[in-house]
Amino acid sequence: MAKLNMVQAINLALRQEMDKDATVLVLGQDVAVDGGVFRLTEGLLERFGPLRVVDTPLAESGILGSSIGMALAGLKPVCEMQFSGFSYLMMGQFEAHATRMRARTQGQLGVPLVIRMPYGGGVRALEHHSESREVLYAHLPGAKVVIPSGPRNARALLIAAIRDPDPVVFMEPKHSYRAFREEVPDEEETMPIGKCQVVQEGSDLTLVSWGAMMRPALKAAAEVEQKRGASLEIIDVLTMAPLDSDTIAESVRKTGRCVIVQEAPRSYGASSEITAQINDKALMHLEAPVKRLTGYDVVTPYFGREKNYIPDAARVVHGIEETLDFQ
Amino acid sequence: MPKKPIAKFSVPYLQILDEHGKVDAKLEPDLGQERAVEMYRWMRLARELDERMLKLQRQGRLGTFPPCTGQEAVSVPTAMLMRPGDWFVGAFRELGGRLVRGEPLTATLDYYNGWEEGNVLPDKDLRILPTSVVIGCQIEHAAGLAYASRYKGTDEVAVAFIGDGGTSEGGFHEGLNFAAVWQAPMVTICQNNQWAISIPRAEQTHSETLAQKGIAYGMPVLQIDGNDPLAVWVAVEEAIGRARTGGGPTFIEAVTYRLLMHTTADDPKKYRTPEDEKCAWDKEPLLRTRKWLTGKGWWDDAAEEALLAEVKARVEAAVKEFEAPKDRAQDEPFRHVYGTRHAVIDEQHRDFLANIAREAEHG
Repeated sequence: MAKLNMVQAINLALRQEMDKDATVLVLGQDVAVDGGVFRLTEGLLERFGPLRVVDTPLAESGILGSSIGMALAGLKPVCEMQFSGFSYLMMGQFEAHATRMRARTQGQLGVPLVIRMPYGGGVRALEHHSESREVLYAHLPGAKVVIPSGPRNARALLIAAIRDPDPVVFMEPKHSYRAFREEVPDEEETMPIGKCQVVQEGSDLTLVSWGAMMRPALKAAAEVEQKRGASLEIIDVLTMAPLDSDTIAESVRKTGRCVIVQEAPRSYGASSEITAQINDKALMHLEAPVKRLTGYDVVTPYFGREKNYIPDAARVVHGIEETLDFQ
Repeated sequence: MPKKPIAKFSVPYLQILDEHGKVDAKLEPDLGQERAVEMYRWMRLARELDERMLKLQRQGRLGTFPPCTGQEAVSVPTAMLMRPGDWFVGAFRELGGRLVRGEPLTATLDYYNGWEEGNVLPDKDLRILPTSVVIGCQIEHAAGLAYASRYKGTDEVAVAFIGDGGTSEGGFHEGLNFAAVWQAPMVTICQNNQWAISIPRAEQTHSETLAQKGIAYGMPVLQIDGNDPLAVWVAVEEAIGRARTGGGPTFIEAVTYRLLMHTTADDPKKYRTPEDEKCAWDKEPLLRTRKWLTGKGWWDDAAEEALLAEVKARVEAAVKEFEAPKDRAQDEPFRHVYGTRHAVIDEQHRDFLANIAREAEHG
């Protein structure tokens, strides 16, 4: 057991899985010699050599397209998009082939691969380095979208993603890369893909979030609990697609109130889908409208203005209190 | 300082068997009678199936499909030169090659009549990727397949096809670049059939040849007469051999002609003249191949007649099998979204079945 940040935890997952399975390889821009621009793949080249840790030309579509070929040939590529903001250049390959090959061949050919990409704001980066666009991927049938929120679940979910038979978009909240450490067991640990996790049980309100927003959500929950003795149930979505709406609905049937915290723009966001699922499965248990605390439907501002556009603990506290007070 | 040339390139051209059936004896490959005849038989079978499919489509018995007539000399010899472990990565005008590779005739009929079953191979190890409807993507797949050969230390080669229009796509360029950087065992064959639906070759690119695009990525290139199966044979044999022995990728431009429409939903009269087509028909590959075989003393009218009857019967049998009633579950797609089970799919699957049952009940 060691205290690791998310960068170290992801690195550990890659190293352990590559040790264990000779078909796993890592490819992307600057992943080998440089160890990745965030150092996620540091040390892998030295340990596994250039055939398994591959610096590629600067071409997102080529990275995913060739990974699809590798997967069809029986390898398990873990490819990296350097930033999610550049990943749209591989969207054609993702939609046309990665997500469809299984259906196209009625299960004869699958594309087991992982696309890692740092996403989200809060690191004072250049334009195109701060967006949360998880729904662009989650909307596509056949895609799996996994979003860890901390070192321990990042490690466990990445191993599960590598072993999964389907293409997994593994979105890493870069704001959380080095923000905090957690105990991460040395021995292998996995978590199921396709399951939300109830990280805290409670009875008065269900607070749902994922990725980097889990931090302000947890902070806000603690504040509200302390301030007014409320009991909050907190759910970390972890897998955006396929969404485990049963766990969320079950919680809302118990609490009757729900707040969803999302970094991405509001319209057509994951919080809208979660709200719709709650309407389908828990409407008669609701005692207040489901509240969405989200980014805005504006082009993500450059970092000079970024702060006020991303939900923070104060906004979440306010939203929770409004929902608790709704009569 | 005055400018001076620092690199020079050239694009070789190869033709062995011309449109009149005249062969360049010095360049003629030694196929032997058996393989030469086999090659012609595959080309004839592909032509027959293509023509029959066009009729079926016009009769409303088949969906939209892209005919391959006139391009048989590219994919047939190529597939004959491949080994079982190699990857056949088609675009969508390689019917002949697919047949050689072992795809049943019914597969293409099923596929173009709206059934995914047409993409399910009798054996996954046939290593034929499904048709790539989106243009250009498959070149990147082939680069990855070829990389996997290097990774596993095998000598398997990925052979990819693309059209002239496809050479304008990013996927083509990224795929060739990756393959070259990796020195991956890959052969890319561009079937330059002069037309990308209505866009003629001259409007597709200002480049003098398509072959030269491979030079930019640092790989050997060649332009060949794509209606000449002997030129295809020689060029592809050399390229596959180089790839198999660690010599890296090759790009071949096979100049041919799309004699029919882009797909059956297209009308070429909108953008080209009957004279253009007449000219191209004079150069089509089967005619010259037959002349060549006849000149060798390996073929005669009786053999031709027997072959026509045979391929007709084979196609007829395939059509019969294709049109025989089949019990195909409408809910099949729900089983192939993911390789694992998930509630969100199960819920919608139940919903779908309930809708079907309700409609069946109420008509």
